[in-house]
Formats: sequence, C-alpha cells, structure tokens
Amino acid sequence: MTDPLRVPHVVSSHELARWPRLTPVRFTVLVALGAVLIASIGEVAPGPDRLIGALPRMASLLDRMVPPDTDPAFLGRMGLRLLETLQIALVGTVFGVLVSFPLAWLAAKHVSPLNMGRWISRALVSLFRTVPDLVWALFFVSAVGLGAIAGTLTIIVDTAGFCGRFFAEAMEESDPKSREALEAVGARRIDILFASVVPNCMPSFINTSLFALELAVRSSVVLGIVGAGGIGQELKSAFELFQYPKAATIILAIFVIVLLMERLTDWLRQKMG
Amino acid sequence: MNEQVWVGAGAQVRAPLDQVTQGSCPPIVLEARGLGKQFNTGSRVLEAVDFSARRGERIALVGSNGAGKSTLLRCLVGLLPFGDGTVEILGQRFSEQPNRRQRAALRRRLGFVFQFHGLVGRTSALSNVVNGALGQGYGWRAWSQALAPKQLRADALDALAAVGLSDRALDRTDTLSGGQSQRVAVARALVHRPELVIADEPAASLDPVAGAEVMRVFHGLAEQRGATLVFTTHDLQHALDYSDRVVGLAAGRVVLDSPTVHLRASDLEAIYRD
Repeated sequence: MTDPLRVPHVVSSHELARWPRLTPVRFTVLVALGAVLIASIGEVAPGPDRLIGALPRMASLLDRMVPPDTDPAFLGRMGLRLLETLQIALVGTVFGVLVSFPLAWLAAKHVSPLNMGRWISRALVSLFRTVPDLVWALFFVSAVGLGAIAGTLTIIVDTAGFCGRFFAEAMEESDPKSREALEAVGARRIDILFASVVPNCMPSFINTSLFALELAVRSSVVLGIVGAGGIGQELKSAFELFQYPKAATIILAIFVIVLLMERLTDWLRQKMG
Repeated sequence: MNEQVWVGAGAQVRAPLDQVTQGSCPPIVLEARGLGKQFNTGSRVLEAVDFSARRGERIALVGSNGAGKSTLLRCLVGLLPFGDGTVEILGQRFSEQPNRRQRAALRRRLGFVFQFHGLVGRTSALSNVVNGALGQGYGWRAWSQALAPKQLRADALDALAAVGLSDRALDRTDTLSGGQSQRVAVARALVHRPELVIADEPAASLDPVAGAEVMRVFHGLAEQRGATLVFTTHDLQHALDYSDRVVGLAAGRVVLDSPTVHLRASDLEAIYRD
C-alpha cells in the first residue's frame, strides 16, 4: 500500500540551497566587520607575553590581600558604607521606576496620548540609558557635591533609562483587544492605561523593576569610585593607600551583597510570578 | 428563493430620516449612506454601503469572511475612519471619523461586544464590567471595582447577575471559560444601559452550546432593556433566531436587506455561495 504522505517532490533535496546566498552587500559587510575586529584585537587585546608577564604581579597582589582585614572598627565602618550602598540602590530604584512609568507611557506606541510628541519622551529615555552610570555620577557629583545624594540621583536616571525602555515595550505589546474594547466604551488614554495596560503588564513591570534593583546594587557599589557615596569610596581608598587586606574584605562583602540581592530578587520573581 | 428579499426590496423596510415620524414607525438611530472604505493596501473593503437601523430593531449582518462586516461595524462607531459617505448614529453625524466631542457623546449611549471578548485577564469580572462605564464620566473611579462608586458597583453586579455570573464576580477573568468570558463582555457592554448595542460575531469563538447561550442571554438583555441590536454572525441559525432583519454583505456591498420572517436558511446560504 502506498504511503499517502509520500508524494513526488517538485525539486530534489540537492537542488535546495543549504545556506542563504552570499550577496555582494553581505560579503562586503562581513569583510568590513572582520577587518575592524582584527584591527581592534591588535590595538587593545592583551597578548600572551603581557598576560604571562602580569601573572607574578597578580599572584603577589593576591598574596598581600590575604588574610582579609577583620578589625571590628573597620568592619563597623564598612557595614555602614554597605548600608548606604543598599539605600542608594533601593531609593534610586524606587524613584527611578516612578520616573520611568510616565516616560514609558508617553513613549509607547498605540498607548501614548501623544502622537509625534512621544519621540521626545523616547529620546529622553534613550539619553538616560545610553550614557553610562559613571558619567552620570561625575555629572551629579559636580552638580550636588560628593556623597550619597549624587549616587541616588545617578541610580534614578539609570533606572529611568532601563525601566523606561522595557516598560514602554511591555505597554506596546499589551493585549490590543482589551485596549480596543475599552476604547469602544469611550475610555480615555489614561483610563486605558490604568484599567487595561497596567494590570496586563504588571508581571513584566515587576520583573523589570527587580532586574533594575539588581543592576542598581551593582552600580551603586562602584559609584563611590567617583565620589558618589557607598562602599566604592572605601574600596578606592583601600587600593590608593595599599591596604590590600581591607580591599579584600570589601570585595568579599560586595560579592556576598550582590549574590544575596540576586537570590532575593529571584525569590520575589517566583513569588509574584 | 424569494427574489423580493434581495436589495431593492430591502428599501421597503427603510425610510429616509426626514420622513420618520414618532408614530408607528420608530425613529432611525443608525444610518450609513454611501459608505466606502479602502485600506492602505489599496483593497476596497466597503463600496457604497447604505445601512440603517430603527430604534429597538435587531439586525443580523451576515456575509463570508472578508465581506466587510467587521469593518462596517467599526466604521459605524468611529473605531475606523472611512473614505466616502456619511454616518449618522444616535444623533451624531460625521464623515471619515467622529470628532472627539461626538465620540464621547456616542460612547455614552453605545455598547460594543467583540468577537474575542477583549477582557482584561488579570482583573476580576466585576472590574471588567465596571470598566464598561469608563465613557460615562466616572473618570478614575471606573478603573477598578475597588475604586467604583456604590451605584456603579451595584449596577455592574446587576449586569453580572443578568448574565448569570454574579457568583464569579471577584474571580479573575483569565480563570473563566470562553462562554463565561463572553458573557462578562456582554455585561460590560450593557452596564451603562446603552441605547444601541453593536456586536461583532459575539459567539464565533465559542462552541455551539456556549455560543447559543451567549446569544440567548445577549438577545434577552437587549430586548429587556429596549436596546437596538446590530450583530454580525456566521451562524445562520443565530441570524434567523435573534434578528428582526438580516443584512447580507458580499465583497463590501449590501446584497440582501430583508425582514427575517421572509427568510430561510437557504436564502442566507446563497450569500456565501455567490
């Protein structure tokens, strides 16, 4: 009996191309990218001789870091700095999320009450996101002076850029049918936002905010290097004063804090999922 | 088949707006004249459509996929702009699209039920029904049942009871079955007691039993509340059972407009064959 699924092929398998055809444009782009990569490796990548030469110095540095400093007075001071770091991250994230929400709404296609004007909001979110946090920290240290306030402002801007983009994407992808249904009953854009978009996007908003908190903890650790408060300031001092055991304690503390924060946000994500 | 039911004869059941009196003939609440619509792709989806509905009438719109039924409904209520013709609906006359003021006035007196219920899945059935009053000037108080004023909350619960779902009022709608969800959508459309209810294939996404139940509840409620009803359907039995008049569309044109009593299922099947 003939198998009904076996029908004669119009073309045989060896006639079908396995790979997409390499057009002249694709070929040119590939060659250009390859050239840029090879040139960059030659300029900035460490050569084997440099790496081998640095190994003894790395070993010596690690040797001087052991054992980490456990002086109670130092641990107490470091604990306060760690607390400040977490405060910067938490307050910065909460305010950053609050700032990003209206920005995302104004920027989101089909959800925003603005037409062309939404590009202004989109551009602002891009600016916040693309400028690195250390650059924002330098800006705010110059504007408001050394300390935690500059760090908090940096995290607010950083979070607004990160959440602004992902909140806007979530809003754009939210169920269009429920949006249309509310539009049909005469809902305004702000009504649609709070009655349909926010409930539909809530899991995504929570996930993004928790990621933002994780990022904020990592960022706030290094902000002190440019004088924007937190544990980074202690780390910078320890290295500058060749107090390597102190630096080792701080690095271990940062590792534990970031790890705990990741575990906490994972747990919260599971609970709220 | 009775030839008289085809277009031309359909004009017998319509009368121009200026000839309508408040006597035996109920006034026209919805009228489209020469409605034409072309999509950006260049395809014309509606061609010189004349269509009207009198107060209290129940009209079934039938036609094959792509005939223009859903587009016609969306143009009539201002959800889609159209190119040619005019629409007069609940006293608002517009070309292309209603302006903001007209749209607001229209939505206050109109209910719309979609093929796919369009409920907000992560909120309760009661909140979804409360949302149906968003065009009634409640503002933020209609965002959720928790914020709703007492009267609106009671009305929403009444509407849910009318569709037999008051016991599921606080359940999230993504836990309801397809039929239950569509009944919540009916309650949402009727919570503000609209004069005109437009429904785009309200039973299409449901199994036959749930579909019949939704149509029965929907039709009963509209009748009880004296609302004019315009619905599209592919179920010819629904068209015959729940309408006073059937309008058939094919390739964007009205090809049938007849009182339902003159029709048999075979008459309607002809629209799908042509």
